[in-house]
Amino acid sequence: MSVAQAWLVVIVLTGVGASLAGANDLRSPESFSSIGDQADRSRSLFVEAGRVLQHPRCLNCHPAGDRPSQGEDQHPHTPLVVRGLDDKGATALRCVTCHQAANFTPSGVPGHPLWQMAPREMAWQGKSLPQICEQIKDPRRNGGKTLTQIHEHLAHDTLVGWAWAPGGSREPAPGTQAQLGALTAAWIETGAACPTR
Amino acid sequence: MSMTLNVNGTRRDFYGDPDTPLLWVIREQLGLTGTKYGCGIAQCGACTIHVDGVPLRSCSAPVAAMTGRAITTIEGLASRVAKAVQKAWVDLDVVQCGYCQSGQIMSAVALLEKKPKATDEDIDHALAGNICRCATYQRIRAAIHLAAKRLASKEGA
Repeated sequence: MSVAQAWLVVIVLTGVGASLAGANDLRSPESFSSIGDQADRSRSLFVEAGRVLQHPRCLNCHPAGDRPSQGEDQHPHTPLVVRGLDDKGATALRCVTCHQAANFTPSGVPGHPLWQMAPREMAWQGKSLPQICEQIKDPRRNGGKTLTQIHEHLAHDTLVGWAWAPGGSREPAPGTQAQLGALTAAWIETGAACPTR
Repeated sequence: MSMTLNVNGTRRDFYGDPDTPLLWVIREQLGLTGTKYGCGIAQCGACTIHVDGVPLRSCSAPVAAMTGRAITTIEGLASRVAKAVQKAWVDLDVVQCGYCQSGQIMSAVALLEKKPKATDEDIDHALAGNICRCATYQRIRAAIHLAAKRLASKEGA
């Protein structure tokens, strides 16, 4: 047995391979099938999806208050910008003043055609995952969406999808948008239970 | 690629890399040097122009995105509001070194076009992305208020 083969055996037997697969991966819904209690499985599915929801790529534009943050450390956005009346910036300092339809490498400024902040009632920063879960299910705080529409938003909204193609040195959200969509669908199918802590 | 730009109401041809920052096209190819290069990363506001009437940092926009859009630089400002702002700038001697001032004026004009009665908070929010190393901020604020006052009283240019 070669050294390489020996290492392969160690990896398979110890499960080290799973961690080597990358801390930025998401688990599949099927990997939760061993959890017999449906509500427990639902909660666990949301916790996994929460790795995306609580990632800086999402939280930076779901801020508490009127100013977005930026960067992996979620520092206040520079220059100082505010959400304005339509969540797209103040008069004469709009999101589109700097953010164009696509990430722009020469300046390093990220972009998307629909760039904007999440509405104030959808603030996630500073909230626990159980709080975010309850908020996502509450039509008064989720833009009047049904769970089906929440799934659509997370699985297919292209602005959400920017989180996996943020450009520059920005860290993408864990996994893929399709994986988040699968987790969200499984969470809803299992009763959309929220984690308790 | 080749394309035609609408700059200050005039058709201008461009041929080159579609990802060229608009600022370089304006300054280097069209010779409109009133728009300044400050930081190149949309942090200082010196390169501010208007695209379809909305302020835009020209260092952070690809020229390819400008097809069919109306670009206005400091050289092309001609509205009643723009003239009032420029006159207030001169009357209050706002400028010190002057490098950031075209960007400041572009943002100020866009603000007053939308909000004729701009408050201090409106000014703070609208011009937060326009940095002045000479710290002429108080004179900028005063000039915007003066221009707004003159426009409201029909003294505006």
